[in-house]
This record gives sequence, C-alpha cells and structure tokens, in this order.
Amino acid sequence: MSATSVSSDLVRPTATQGPPPPQRPRRRRRVSIWPYLLIAPTVLGSAYLLLYPLVRNLIISVQHFRLGELIRGGAVFVGLDNYREALADPVFWAVVRRTLLFTVVNVVLIMVLSTLVALLLSALGKWLRLLVMGCLVLTWATPIIAATTVFQWLFQSRLGVVNWVLVQLGFGQFQDYTWFADGGSTFGILVALIVWQSVPFAALSLYSAMTTVPSELYESAKIDGAGAWRLFTSITFPILRPMFGLILSLEVIWVFKSFVQIWAISQGGPGDATTTLPVYAFQIAQSLNKYDLGAAVSMITVLLLVVVLLAYFRQMFKQEAEL
Amino acid sequence: MRWRRIPLTFSALVVCVVAVFPVYWMVLTAFKPTKDIQAPTPTFWPTTVSFDHFATAVQASGFWLFWRNSLVVSLGGVLLALAVALLAAFAVARMRWKGRRAFILMVFVAQMTPWEALLIPMYVIARDTDMLDKLSMLTLIYFMITLPFTIVTLRGFLGAIPVDLEEAALVDGCTRFQAFRRIVFPLLAPGLMSTSLFGFITAWNEFAFANLLIIKNRDDRTLPVWLSSFSNTFGTDWGATMAASTLFMVPVLLVFLALQGRVTSGITAGAVKG
Repeated sequence: MSATSVSSDLVRPTATQGPPPPQRPRRRRRVSIWPYLLIAPTVLGSAYLLLYPLVRNLIISVQHFRLGELIRGGAVFVGLDNYREALADPVFWAVVRRTLLFTVVNVVLIMVLSTLVALLLSALGKWLRLLVMGCLVLTWATPIIAATTVFQWLFQSRLGVVNWVLVQLGFGQFQDYTWFADGGSTFGILVALIVWQSVPFAALSLYSAMTTVPSELYESAKIDGAGAWRLFTSITFPILRPMFGLILSLEVIWVFKSFVQIWAISQGGPGDATTTLPVYAFQIAQSLNKYDLGAAVSMITVLLLVVVLLAYFRQMFKQEAEL
Repeated sequence: MRWRRIPLTFSALVVCVVAVFPVYWMVLTAFKPTKDIQAPTPTFWPTTVSFDHFATAVQASGFWLFWRNSLVVSLGGVLLALAVALLAAFAVARMRWKGRRAFILMVFVAQMTPWEALLIPMYVIARDTDMLDKLSMLTLIYFMITLPFTIVTLRGFLGAIPVDLEEAALVDGCTRFQAFRRIVFPLLAPGLMSTSLFGFITAWNEFAFANLLIIKNRDDRTLPVWLSSFSNTFGTDWGATMAASTLFMVPVLLVFLALQGRVTSGITAGAVKG
C-alpha cells in the first residue's frame, strides 16, 4: 500500500509542513543549493545511461549505420530512409500484426483469469486463501529464465510430461509431438508462459483492491436480490475501474515489449512465427548488422508504447488524486 | 450451505496446482535419478532422491564463476542505486525546491523505460567506449534499471518517518547530517533492506543486456545467460538443467520469503517484473 501513499503526495506536495522552527530563515537559504546537489548523481546517471542511449538510438535511426560504420565510425545522415525501408517491408507489417495479436491474446487471458482468481480469493476462507496466495507468490517469484527452461522441459517431445498427459487422455497424435517445431504451438506455449507468469501480480493487486470495497454495499445489494454477476458488474467493477485500468495498461506495456521469454525459447522462430517487434528489432541489428534499421524499428516500438504509457500515467495520476 | 463451497474449494485447488506444478516439476526432476526421468511413464512424487544432477550442475565448467559474476553485478548495481537513490529520495521527501514535481514526474517516467528497445544503442555505446565484455558496464546498466524504482520506494519510506523527529534533533544541536544518520537512518533500515532486495531480484534475473554485452569473454557471463544456453552445457541432460534452474531460483525464493507480507501489499506496483 505504501506505493499509493508515496505517489499521493505527488499531487499534494505538502509533506514537509511542520511548525516553523526558530532558525527557519537561515536554513531556507542553505536549502536552495542542497537539493540540487542531492539529485545531481541521479540526473547525471540518467543522462548518460538512459537519455543518451535513447538519443543515440534516434540518431542511429536516421543514419546509415551498418557493420562498417560500427567499426570505423563516420556514419552519414540519411534522413528518414530507414523508417521508409522498414515501413515498406511487408515483413514489418506481418510483425506488427503478430505483435498486436500476441498482446491482445495475452492481455485478455491475463485480465480475465486474474479477475477470476481475485474474485475466488475474496470468496475463500482464510486458510484456503492463504494457500492460494502462497502458490501465486511462488509463481511470481520464479525467475523468467528458470521458467523458460522449465516450460521447454514440460513441452519436451519425447519425455515431456505434457505429451504424456495428452496421450493418456486419448490424444494419441501427441506421442513424441515436437511443440517447438511448429509456429502455432510455439506461439501457444509462449502465451501460456507469459500468462502463467503475469496472473499472480495482476490477481494479487486486484484482490487487494477488492478488499477496500465496503462490504455493506454487497450486503444491501444481496438483500435487494442481486446475483453474483450483478454484484460484480454493478459494484466491484465500477468501484475498481481505475485499478482495472491501471493493471490493464501495465500488462499491455509488459506483454508488448516482452523479449526475454521469446528470445530464450524460440529466438523468434520457427521461421518468424514468434517474432514480435522487440525481437524483430534485435534480430535485424544482431544477425544482419543493420543497426540503423533495428534502431528505426525500436523507435517505432517506443512510439507505440508511449501511446499506452500516456494512458497509464493518466490513469495513475487520476487514481492517486482520488485516493 | 456447505455444498456451495465445493466448487470454490475445487477451483482454489486447480489454481494452486496450475501455479505450482511447473516449479514442482522442476524441483522434482532435479532430484530424480536419470532412469526415472527417462522412464516412459513419469512419476509425480519423489520415490528415490538423488543429488547427482546438482553435482553435475555445480561441477559444470564455470558454474561458480557465473554465480560469482551474477552476484557481483547484481550487488554492485543495487548498492550503487541505493546510495544514489537515498540522496535523491531525501531531497524529494524532505526539501522544497523548484523543479521538485518535474523531477518526481521524470522518475516515474524513467521507471517505465522500455529497456528492450534500448539494446541496440547500448551495444553501440558499450562498443564505442570500450566497455563491451565488461562486467562494470552491466553493473552500470543494472544500477540504472533499478534506480527509479529505488527512489520511488525510498521516498515512500522516508515520507512515513515523521519530520518532527528530525527537527527535534536539529533543535537539540545536531547537524542535518547527524540528524539523518542518528534518527532517520535507523528507522529507514527496513525500507532500505526490502527496496534493495527487490532491486537485487531484478538485476539477478536480467537476461537481455547480459546476453548482448558479454560476447567474447565467455568467463564473464552471468547465470541467466549460461542457464538459457543449457543445451550447450548439458545437452539433453534434463535433470542437470532442472537442478541448475533450481539453484538459480533459490536466492530469489529466499528474498521473497524474507519479504513475505510486503510482496502482496502492492509496494512493487509497476516495478518488479522481468
């Protein structure tokens, strides 16, 4: 909860008002330089390690910057040529469509499942609830790279437990089925992995928001004869709409830019069946040495993300102002 | 009304199984003897416990080196972030100055940086400044990745400590620094602890930059990169692969256990995730 209280005084910055101490005038004069000294390391660090890479990316994206320029330097300015080249490539549009599909499928599944889990948590008794929360935290704590190796093991063709279970259930065609040789099934496994990893955070956040809804509201609605669905659509969802908005935009951002899971499991393959925008930008820079084109694609990725980010910040500050 | 609870209990158990099974399967495989792993019918609970796979993983070439690299890079990045963030958080939580709101806003924006999109320029910059294949470059990047989150959380913890305490110390003749060191710092210690642990997890798990920036000098790789290329190391030895994954996860799990309640309280909103 402290995250909420943290940002709530962002809107009302009155935290340091106390009774005026006796030596106030002297201290105020001294204060004028100190805060800037204190934030100086942060500002300098961010300037070099965050702002500069971003600007450098922008510059590379308007230069001719291939392997030769990387080694010798002296890249020439080519204007928007790289953007034109990227946008003219049908592969790029296929990647954009795939990224959107990937984002939509994942986010819808995450939101629906985590809402259901959150509702389940609030309906459970104390012990069962603690058990489920413990299980969710365990999933949440699993490092991405550990999860990617485990999923490769689960879906392994000959010894994988998933194929064994499917064969036992009567789907004989899954005997020795090679999941990672097929684009569609690799895509499906990546979706399963990302949803599995994302639901705990979303469900636990939604659940802790649900506990803030006054129970009298539910009781009086029940007396008026409202069913479970009605309770959710008329009370829970309207009250928690800002929280849903916040988590929705966070998940969109996270899924849209997810790179590690895809790279570790399939490197965008087989073929380009799991190549999303971040993977695509990395591929053309790394394996084709077209740093300029890769930079242009990642600038486009950033621009697309900014749209969602703006929605996220609007939602966040609105929420903080309300609380 | 008791029958109404049966579907609920059942769904709760389903959620638990889905959430835990992959992790359970990882640990179980790590402890299984190889002949059980390769058996046509898998066993779902431990029968014989074998530590062979852990021995294989630990004895794999470079394991301890990568473990040490990961530890050095993560700790270095987090401690640096902690020191720098403490200064900034103090300025934000305790002082009034022009540009304060803009600074806070920038920190929030920086927290959402799409690092995945900055891989290419970071590679070029590292190459230009002769920082390729250097753990110090990774340390700097992990410092920057964890910094915004560290500032935001520390500011929250600082804000929760009453200013009156500090002012009383100032009246009693302490300097501002003494007041901070003797009064605020001890109260802040738990906050510093949990903030740095979350930062540690983020750095410990980081893969994309470690994979990109450490290329030639393979001794300088970190654990996630090594683990992701498990088929080069272990081939089809799934037992050893799962043992290595388990060993990789243990520190993270310990951190989560140490933090317990705070994990679920939403403190990490928007910050801790891959």
